[in-house]
Amino acid sequence: MIRFDGISKRFPDGTLAVDDFTITIPSRTTTVFVGSSGSGKTTLLRMVNRMVDPTSGSIHIDDDDISTLEPVALRRRIGYVMQNSGLLPHRTVVDNVATVPLLTGVSKREARAAALDLMDTVGLDRALADRYPSQLSGGQQQRVGVARGLAIDPNILLMDEPFGAVDPLVRSELQQELVRIQKDLAKTIVFVTHDIDEAFLLGDQVVILKTGGRIAQVGTPAEILANPADEFVDTFIGAERGRRALSIQTVNGKEVVVDGTGRLAGILRSPTPESGRSA
Amino acid sequence: MTWVLANLGQIWELTVAHVLLSIAPIVLGFLLAVPIGWFAYRFRVSRGLVLTVCGLLYTIPSLALIVAMPTILGTKILDPLNLIVTLTLYAIALMVRTATDAFDAVSTDVIQSSTAVGFGAWRRFWQVELPLAGPVLLAGLRVVSTSTVSLVTLGALVGMSGLGYLFTNGYQRNFPTEILTGIVGTVLIAVVFDILLVLIGRMLLPWARVDDAARRGAGTARVKAVAA
Repeated sequence: MIRFDGISKRFPDGTLAVDDFTITIPSRTTTVFVGSSGSGKTTLLRMVNRMVDPTSGSIHIDDDDISTLEPVALRRRIGYVMQNSGLLPHRTVVDNVATVPLLTGVSKREARAAALDLMDTVGLDRALADRYPSQLSGGQQQRVGVARGLAIDPNILLMDEPFGAVDPLVRSELQQELVRIQKDLAKTIVFVTHDIDEAFLLGDQVVILKTGGRIAQVGTPAEILANPADEFVDTFIGAERGRRALSIQTVNGKEVVVDGTGRLAGILRSPTPESGRSA
Repeated sequence: MTWVLANLGQIWELTVAHVLLSIAPIVLGFLLAVPIGWFAYRFRVSRGLVLTVCGLLYTIPSLALIVAMPTILGTKILDPLNLIVTLTLYAIALMVRTATDAFDAVSTDVIQSSTAVGFGAWRRFWQVELPLAGPVLLAGLRVVSTSTVSLVTLGALVGMSGLGYLFTNGYQRNFPTEILTGIVGTVLIAVVFDILLVLIGRMLLPWARVDDAARRGAGTARVKAVAA
């Protein structure tokens, strides 16, 4: 569990990036901070591993106030994945995955063996192990990034728009992969994105942020879609018009679902017992 | 050519002396310039000052500096230290700016993410910043090496051994072959040093060529060949 308590952050230039932010992030679930730029979402994420220290307020991981923990040691037990992978260009894929275990003194052999296993986990061909990051596609690099984040088997995984820079097809592939991995590993994931679709797909809990880190709404995707808290949320999730404003029309005696732009979205069926969230 | 063959022993001796006089300033200059360059890169405030001082240093006429060295250092006039210290200063002057640029060129994304996964400042320098600055540092070192090998010839004017002796002696005797031999010898040393540096670079920075190829958009086939 991660608890933000009355967190504010004022940068040296005077901008108030986050103003009195309080939230609890439950363990072993995915929480997504979603908002446009300037909403302070990345700042909030970086506070968890003390890349940024709040001006006031406290953050607890389980029962530890993280301001009392040594930053480098703290970072080594939290997985971190960022947008442009942030891989070390001078190390091979397998050594990149093994970065943190090597830092903490695991033997090279052991770390590499574990890294190869992790490459399987994130769907990377082992044949890529001895390549350098620049020899991989953007999607493959992000997979390496995720594998590196998982290498110490952390309880917490921080993901800062990890799929933001890859093309849409690869992005949706990576998102599905993350859903699958999370089903197996059940980490406490804090995920930052500006893409509401991504937030709804990945988040067990979604936090919609306004400028200055003010919370517009917190809830499960279903709760937010069913009851947008205000106009801001309404607009942000696109409930008013576009793809999410679905209506039913009858064509040749069959009920079809049409979205806000008039495009056919699907056919309405009565729910079947085994159809879950995907229906 | 007959002169060269007849004096091969002496030419070899001068070459060895030249090589030895060149190595110290190149190595010392590099070792001192890298931390200074890092300092200028890390602490923006000091940057202008450091780079200006190094720039000015390079404008001091080299011969004047060599001649002034015994007074500054308290050494004897014929002490090779005079030449070595002078050339080290020039090496630093040349190298500091490159070193600053080299650290500047390291991607902030990589530095940020290294910090985020738990590199402390010390390890991050040795394992991330320094190796990634490597290609630019190497480029700078190659310039310093060539420049130093050529400047060592100045030593002949203050009684130092080295291929420069062939210039002064050849000039006095009005014997162009000897001067030419000195020039060819100096160029050869510079070329050999340069080749050595490139080879060392390939050994220490195997990833740099791969990176380069990838940036140029070379096909995977070629990249594969490089990696293999």
